[in-house]
Amino acid sequence: MALAPDAIIRLARLARIDIDRNEARDVKKKLDAILRLIDDLQAIDTADIVPMSHAQDVMLALRDDVVTETDQHERFQQEAPAVSGGLYLVPKVIE
Amino acid sequence: MMQTVAELSAALRARTISSAEITQQSLARVAAAQPVLNAFITVDEAGALASARAADAALASGDSATLTGIPIAHKDVLMTNGLRTTCGSRMLEHFVAPYDAHVVARLRDAGTVLIGKTNMDEFAMGSSNENSFFGPVRNPWNAAYVPGGSSGGSATAVAAGLVPAATGTDTGGSIRQPAALTGICGLKPTYGICSRYGLVAFASSLDTPGPFARDALDCALMLNAMAGHDARDATSLDRPVEDYTRELRAPSSAKPLAGLRIGLPAEYFGDGIDRSVASAIATALDTLRALGATTVDVALPGVAHSVPVYYVIAPAEASSNLSRFDGVRYGHRAARYDDIGSMYSRTRAEGFGAEVKRRILVGTYVLSHGYYDAYYLKAQKVRRLIAQEFVDAYAQCDVIAGPTAPTAAFAIGAKADDPVEMYLNDIFTVAANLTGMPALSIPCGFTPNGLPIGLQLQASYFAEARLLNVAHRFQQVTEWHRRTPPAITARALAAEGAR
Repeated sequence: MALAPDAIIRLARLARIDIDRNEARDVKKKLDAILRLIDDLQAIDTADIVPMSHAQDVMLALRDDVVTETDQHERFQQEAPAVSGGLYLVPKVIE
Repeated sequence: MMQTVAELSAALRARTISSAEITQQSLARVAAAQPVLNAFITVDEAGALASARAADAALASGDSATLTGIPIAHKDVLMTNGLRTTCGSRMLEHFVAPYDAHVVARLRDAGTVLIGKTNMDEFAMGSSNENSFFGPVRNPWNAAYVPGGSSGGSATAVAAGLVPAATGTDTGGSIRQPAALTGICGLKPTYGICSRYGLVAFASSLDTPGPFARDALDCALMLNAMAGHDARDATSLDRPVEDYTRELRAPSSAKPLAGLRIGLPAEYFGDGIDRSVASAIATALDTLRALGATTVDVALPGVAHSVPVYYVIAPAEASSNLSRFDGVRYGHRAARYDDIGSMYSRTRAEGFGAEVKRRILVGTYVLSHGYYDAYYLKAQKVRRLIAQEFVDAYAQCDVIAGPTAPTAAFAIGAKADDPVEMYLNDIFTVAANLTGMPALSIPCGFTPNGLPIGLQLQASYFAEARLLNVAHRFQQVTEWHRRTPPAITARALAAEGAR
């Protein structure tokens, strides 16, 4: 199926990626081709098939509920674009 | 540096060469090749020389292992403590990893010398290595051609003799396809054998670390170091330790593959396969039969759906995994924004390249309300159908053989504007990621214009040792893996001679 023209803008908003109107035209063309490719799946009979979410059908491992990590926040925050007093800085979100 | 890991290891133990000398040779070749091939994003000369000195001390004291002193390179999607880890993306252009990936730590503990980090398609999304923020990697056999992707830098580094072995990651073919296109050996192990801890996630249910090397024995030596349980990856399997070289070390005989049943799926030999690829695969099958193997036809009709399934599941997982890149905790942040919403969306618009954005958008679409059942859940059901077909096929055969890719390397730019045509490169490789089963690619011939062709061998869960043994027996009677790219070899040797 082909995407409605506004669908690209909506998807981009959901994905938190800025796309301008000119870019949207090319993105729509390529996404339409990809959607045609994956639309092939609709014709396959999958009645009573259990979805396979992982390469191995094993239970995820459990471990004791104990602290295993050490506090390295100073090192990790060296990678942050903006930090103050040990806190990550973001634009103001409340008045 | 065209010696194998095994040859270099023997020379190091015999003290006929030092790790410092090998490491200096490797660094010189990397520097000479970089302007042409662009295989590396970061080279760690000081770190490599320090590791080489430590390796030489270990070798002198007798406290050494097989890989002690061997120079290697890591794909730049694997975290390396204190060393830049970019994932080929502007988003992480200046990111210095604060810890080692599990496989990086394992190879460090095994005594290897890390030369640097290799170029790759951005966040491992691509089949040509043209999607890197740091520019395309070029194929050492012909610099106008792609090396394959996404681990194109690692494959090129080994093929051009810059390092004897390297790591890659394989989510839909990203080790095997570049191994095929550059004429080397690449192994995707069973999912869960090698920990994903510290592998920057693309599609978590498919991502698999694995080795590149010149031959099967070296891949087995690398896998011995890389494999093992790691509690920090909840999908890492806790199994007894294996020596993946064990079958390779058995004495050779006239029919070393006697009793081996090789499955030939019609789906891997149909339309759309380049004539020279088909002919090289047919010759390779004759060689395997001469070694004692028998061939049997098997049916894998679901393989035709593997690319659509993959291009639903992988983007869905990617759209979730890559939501962490928001300009808050690490990586790029846009310089200008109005509020937190525009900070996120401009940061991501600037930080991600076109293919990464496309996959995030496709993933967002297939996971969105009203489409989840029709696409994502549907793809997961077809994934199970495909996995069941492979399980059934392995009741009739021990390994499955066919081409790794439908064609040899293509020219840079040839498919850059057509994502679907690019995705169809993965037709023979993605199934092993969907099932989680192991597969490898080994060189088996050349096209008339001198580009390598890869033979893919697949097997059922945990059959790495058998796969590597089949590849090893093939390589004992063929010379394809000993061919080296003429142009780059001459150029790099000249550079070494000039020092």
